[in-house]
Amino acid sequence: MPKIVFLGTDLVLYAIALLLVWYLWRVARNANLRATWEKVVRDPVALSAAIVLMVFALVTLVDSFHFRRALPRAPGSVAGASTSYAPKTESLLDLVLSRQISTREVGYSQPLAYKAFNKETVIVNGLAGRDFPRLKFGGAQLSDPDSQWSADIAARSVAGLLCGLVVAALAALLTAFVVRRAHGGVAGALGDIAADRTHLPLRAALVTFAVICALIGPVVALMGSYHVFGTDRTGNDVFYQSLKSVRTAFVIGTLATVATLPFAIVLGVLAGYLKGWVDEVIQYLYTTLSSVPNVLLIAACVLMVQVYLDQHSEMFETGSERSDVKIFLLCVILGVTGWATLCRLIRGETLKLRELDFVQAATAFGVSPARIMARHIVPNVMHLVLITTVLSFSDLILYEAVLTYVGVGVDPSMNSFGGMINLARSEMSRDPIVWWSFVSAFAFMVTLVLAANLFADGVRDAFDPRARSFRPRLRRAAMS
Amino acid sequence: MLNYFIRRAAYGVLILIGVNLLTFFLFFNVNTPDDMARLNIGGKRVTQEQIDKWKAERGYDKPLYWNRKQSGVDKVTQTVLWERSVSLFALDFGRSDSGRSIDIGHEIKTRMWVSVQLAVPVFVLQVIASTAFALLLVFFRHSRIDFWGVVLCVLMLSISSLFYIIVGQLFFSRMLHLVPISGYAGGLSAVKFLLMPIGLSLLARLGTEARLYRAMFLEETGKDYVRTARAKGLSEALVLFRHVMKNALIPIITSAGSYLPYVFLGSLVFESFFGIPGLGAFVIEAISGQDFAIVRSMVFLGAMLYIASYIVIDLLYTWADPRVRLA
Repeated sequence: MPKIVFLGTDLVLYAIALLLVWYLWRVARNANLRATWEKVVRDPVALSAAIVLMVFALVTLVDSFHFRRALPRAPGSVAGASTSYAPKTESLLDLVLSRQISTREVGYSQPLAYKAFNKETVIVNGLAGRDFPRLKFGGAQLSDPDSQWSADIAARSVAGLLCGLVVAALAALLTAFVVRRAHGGVAGALGDIAADRTHLPLRAALVTFAVICALIGPVVALMGSYHVFGTDRTGNDVFYQSLKSVRTAFVIGTLATVATLPFAIVLGVLAGYLKGWVDEVIQYLYTTLSSVPNVLLIAACVLMVQVYLDQHSEMFETGSERSDVKIFLLCVILGVTGWATLCRLIRGETLKLRELDFVQAATAFGVSPARIMARHIVPNVMHLVLITTVLSFSDLILYEAVLTYVGVGVDPSMNSFGGMINLARSEMSRDPIVWWSFVSAFAFMVTLVLAANLFADGVRDAFDPRARSFRPRLRRAAMS
Repeated sequence: MLNYFIRRAAYGVLILIGVNLLTFFLFFNVNTPDDMARLNIGGKRVTQEQIDKWKAERGYDKPLYWNRKQSGVDKVTQTVLWERSVSLFALDFGRSDSGRSIDIGHEIKTRMWVSVQLAVPVFVLQVIASTAFALLLVFFRHSRIDFWGVVLCVLMLSISSLFYIIVGQLFFSRMLHLVPISGYAGGLSAVKFLLMPIGLSLLARLGTEARLYRAMFLEETGKDYVRTARAKGLSEALVLFRHVMKNALIPIITSAGSYLPYVFLGSLVFESFFGIPGLGAFVIEAISGQDFAIVRSMVFLGAMLYIASYIVIDLLYTWADPRVRLA
């Protein structure tokens, strides 16, 4: 039996997932919230972005279930002796990608290559010469790679693409089946989806899903026998690293914002509602915090944590636990140093709210201040919290890369986009250029951040009617 | 007005005291001077004498907050906190903790001007480029130019600045050989070294800024005075440049002004990527060398610049909008 390991960030991610489920349940029961969220999902861009985000979130969740394998018993050990566990913590994603982990090459290799990237001394017909050696795993099934390679790649890609498209077509059929009532049968529903005459922008959603499937299909078909995104300096699969980095980005993006919320909400509402000296003190606190350049403050905190962890290395059983604590603390630091902006917003909103009639009425009825704040103020500043949370998600992912570059980001042993870019920096100055790590980090990161940005814009437009008017619109005439 | 500035400055000092206490707590409590000594002397076996000697050399051998052995005022003044804080407020940054023990104040003075050479052009050009781009989008609002312009902005702000730097270095230096890949030289030859960092940092922030400015301009175009101006028969260009731009100045000043501290502190990432020996690169070196004295000084300096820049922003408000009275 493997031992299931709950890393700190895992638990928080589960908690956030549960919180999301609870929020969805609340949205379903609350007519107002439901109407606002309907605006979000009726926006084709936001809906498509949400689907892309969900794919990334799925990768994150799969990667957040950790365990340690039980080691085989030593021969001759007592039957009741406790089993020992492997020092390596693995996740479900590692299981899925176990081939990518085990097929480690010697050094760099290009995407889909069957030969290594650097020349080595090889012995051909008893003569030593310099040539590109065959890879141990990439394209190892080919007997005569020079002639078979391109046909094999093409065959696998087409097969993968077709499978992907079949899945997408099935999804379209299923969607049509679900909405058949409103559109007069499945065929009618399909027609309406194609003509974009549905209540929700199903066409955009299905197209997005089809594109995702069409991209994943060939990758899955090829990754069985090739390194789809090449290998890095030590021969590790770049595709695997990119997928692992997604979780790091998600952890930073969600945890760090969630960590700001307690400070921002409690202090902001207190300052706005109580006014007087409480307000002065809280304002002083956040002005002090925000007057230190952010990177410097974070660097100062992270340095402290680093020194502390270095001196207490006995606290952790495995290396991944250590790096997990580090990223956890990084998120806490980002939270403790980053609550000023949201706090200021909430304070301003509370100042406005406390003069409104419903709060005045509650005061007149003799409701206690604590209850007024909890029941009447906090729910009414939640839209600010939501907008800020989704907007800062993408910023934090970008920030992680910078922090890791500066040297105060995540642990170097942990896969992250920042770490990949950092390594890619020296690879890009090689000759011939090693571009694939950089390009795959770029592709994954831009997709993730772009999706997050577009979704955040959709949420902001729905919850903040003023922002909606800034949306670029084409005139009807221009569109037709 | 004078009254106002005195009050702001006094509040600024109060905040600086807070910042100083915060960093002091971080650097001396979480990490005692003994730990620092061990870190800087290095090696596995460090004797207590070595640590005491290291602390005495740098004046860390006194109690942190409260000196019991002294009497009267000396209980407070004969402490590490007092000595370090007073010297910081006098802008005497002391020497760095690490082996070479450089004079931080001198280093800051020489490096600051290098940072300014990079940051002032970036700052000025950023405001101009973003305003111009945003005005273009607003001028053509509800058209394809606006739509695709915003799409471009969103795309650009989704790309990490590190990507701009790496691709820029690859393209302009390695492939086209237009500018040196990194490095710095004094005098006029600095121009060719600074050209690429300036251009790339403009590009890296253009998406965010232009979109923000566009929203600010659009907010103004919905107001009554714009309708009045249009009703008078003013051309759209005149409305935008004469009326909207002037009124949108306040939010632009706020947003651009928040970058003022970085004009002196320099950009951490750009300076270290391009090997420009400014303050930003200085901080990165200090962080990777775990030199806390430098980091603490820079935190203090950064906070000071921040407070100063906010006072400057307030001044600019009165210039941009005569209705604003500072009292």
